[in-house]
Amino acid sequence: MSSIELLTNKEYKYGFVTDIESDMIPRGLSEETIRLISEKKNEPEFMLDFRLKAYRNWLKMEEPQRWPNITYPKVDYQDIIYYSAPKQKPTLASMDEVDPELIKTFEKLGIPLTEQKQLANVAVDAVFDSVSVATTYKEKLKKHGVIFCSFSEAVHEYPELIKKYLGTVVPTNDNYFAALNSAVFTDGSFVFIPKGVRCPMELSTYFRINNSESGQFERTLIIAEENSHVSYLEGCTAPKFDKNQLHAAVVELVALDDAEIKYSTVQNWYAGDEEGKGGIYNFVTKRGACRGRNSKISWTQVETGSAITWKYPSCILQGDNSIGEFYSVALTNHAQQADTGTKMIHIGKNTRSNIVSKGISAGKSNNSYRGLVKVLAGAEGARNYTQCDSLLIGDKCGANTFPYIEVSNNTAKVEHEATTSRISEEQLFYLRQRGISQEDAVSLIINGFCKDVFRELPMEFAVEAQRLLGMKLEGSVG
Amino acid sequence: MLEIRDLHARVEGKDILRGVSLTVKRGEVHAIMGPNGSGKSTLAKVLAGHPSYEVTSGEVLFDGKNLLELEPDERARGGVFLAFQYPVEIPGVSNAQFLRLAYNEKRKHLGEEELDPLEFKDLLKERAQIVEMDAGLMSRSVNEGFSGGEKKRNEILQMAVLEPKLAVLDETDSGLDIDALRIVSEGVNKLRHADNAIVLVTHYQRLLNYIVPDYVHVLYKGRIVRSGGKELALALEEKGYDWIKDEAEESQPSAASA
Ligand SMILES: Nc1ncnc2c1ncn2[C@@H]1O[C@H](COP(=O)(O)OP(=O)(O)O)[C@@H](O)[C@H]1O
Ligand SMILES: [Mg+2]
Repeated sequence: MSSIELLTNKEYKYGFVTDIESDMIPRGLSEETIRLISEKKNEPEFMLDFRLKAYRNWLKMEEPQRWPNITYPKVDYQDIIYYSAPKQKPTLASMDEVDPELIKTFEKLGIPLTEQKQLANVAVDAVFDSVSVATTYKEKLKKHGVIFCSFSEAVHEYPELIKKYLGTVVPTNDNYFAALNSAVFTDGSFVFIPKGVRCPMELSTYFRINNSESGQFERTLIIAEENSHVSYLEGCTAPKFDKNQLHAAVVELVALDDAEIKYSTVQNWYAGDEEGKGGIYNFVTKRGACRGRNSKISWTQVETGSAITWKYPSCILQGDNSIGEFYSVALTNHAQQADTGTKMIHIGKNTRSNIVSKGISAGKSNNSYRGLVKVLAGAEGARNYTQCDSLLIGDKCGANTFPYIEVSNNTAKVEHEATTSRISEEQLFYLRQRGISQEDAVSLIINGFCKDVFRELPMEFAVEAQRLLGMKLEGSVG
Repeated sequence: MLEIRDLHARVEGKDILRGVSLTVKRGEVHAIMGPNGSGKSTLAKVLAGHPSYEVTSGEVLFDGKNLLELEPDERARGGVFLAFQYPVEIPGVSNAQFLRLAYNEKRKHLGEEELDPLEFKDLLKERAQIVEMDAGLMSRSVNEGFSGGEKKRNEILQMAVLEPKLAVLDETDSGLDIDALRIVSEGVNKLRHADNAIVLVTHYQRLLNYIVPDYVHVLYKGRIVRSGGKELALALEEKGYDWIKDEAEESQPSAASA
């Protein structure tokens, strides 16, 4: 008989709603909606064209209905508000003009925005529902030639860069949710690191969904020119609502010769209640193109929230000797479902990829790793190593591993290892016999299990991620 | 310090302990011997509060308080330590990190300030000498890939760090070669003093040449069937367990039928 009872989720502490007046457009989706969004954002013609083209593609596409391990009711796309922005002055001269309610909201989330309290050495772009409300350290970064601003601002200030790169990694017809995003996205972050520059600080975007009726469709574009380097982090939370909300983001990364992009995510969207009511549908397309020789893109994700997570941060390894990495911790509890993994597409010679996936399932949740390693004919000497580990807590949850391997070059080496284990009664007893409480013991074992991923995270994030996992699994002994 | 009164316990519906009584005082070393399967490890785990073992009757007082109503971690913080017969592995958790966490739990319990990693490193270095433990093992995952001997040494290192009032050492000698046995025994002897007590569980006499007990008890089929001084261990060494078994079965016919 086991005394590891189903571990219960501690109250979601980011579940509050900010009472703020919003500028919204009527619910529903049509060409009219898209024109309205573009107009509200005062966009140049090329953006409207981009959106409309995406919308027309989307209309022709089918929502993926049959994912082997995920079930959810059909989303009503006409019942979503596609634009919701807090009312404030159109242009803000300084942080002091940001609505104090918003400042307070982000402060509560642990993201201080005002000058006095800003996080040292981390620049933050704060996105609230459909728009970016503030970006810190913009001026300091500019001195180094680094551009870090909201996507909307970039469309106006750097249209040439946007035209050159937007949609080149994730085309508008890539998949159903990417097409939808391309049609209706409202804001997000833009990063440009010029040739030879090492970004002097961590860049980070914090996404907050507040409106119960709106979806969030953000767009992130990061460009690292030759021999540059950047580390970027994103965090996300949402209030508790009974209704499911759609979050369909697109992230595109471009690394040129000898450039390196490190992209880290700690995702803690509202996951729904214990019975699976409410929560975010997190349907996200993230892809990086290693276009240059010796370039490197590294994805690290800690996925703990959302009712459903569907994402496969991927690398297209075009440049010779380029490197793609994917480090993932995905935790599901209660009724959560996650289907996540990566795609590594080896095109250039001597390209290398490394995949480390750690899935933790508790409650009656379902957690799948799905990964593709594809080696094209020209990818002489390509290497891949994949390690997939699953940890089960209790006996009502599920874990699956679906590795797809397609190799068209016989000099390639592809290795895959997978394990499944449980937190054992004996491990818990051993730790408790040394004076460590049940909860700390569980958290110690889980953090040990995730170590290979956590050590890829920037320091502050690693601490936050550990705390988060502990909190999500806080349990009781039967 | 420890008072066990007519303790009965079962696991998986099977009665294992069938009336154990034992009193251990401060400063004493007791050896519990007995053939395999007689319930020695069960007794050790019941004292430590393993959730799979159910106490059906009897009582255990530790420093005058009911030990059985405490959670395993509360017992540990209160000074009960079990050196496991089969220490488990905790992948990804470094030995040093684990030891510091355990040590700080005890400090918190005593209302003392926690040690930071640097301060703890010094303490660990000093304690590691007691069991001649290689510093390289501190940064490795707890027990992962340790040899049998290293695992046992690691148990005694934990004892040295936590300084328990009552240490129950379950077959700490098994799997040790003669040099390791000497090192571990000397380590335990260094940790032995007038304020703590040690219960040695073993079924070989050889350990008792190094750690000389004040009392020896023989556990057989869940009961202490004989107690004596250290010479009892020597008699067992010489004659084996058979005479004890025969004797026990004559006086307790019910044990034979169980
Ligand atoms: N967890 C368990 N599940 C089932 N049976 C057990 C368990 N632990 C101990 N036993 C049984 O209890 C008896 C005593 O075991 P143990 O206490 O390990 O003896 P010893 O340590 O003296 O060799 C054995 O018959 C053993 O099979
Ligand atoms: Mg035993």
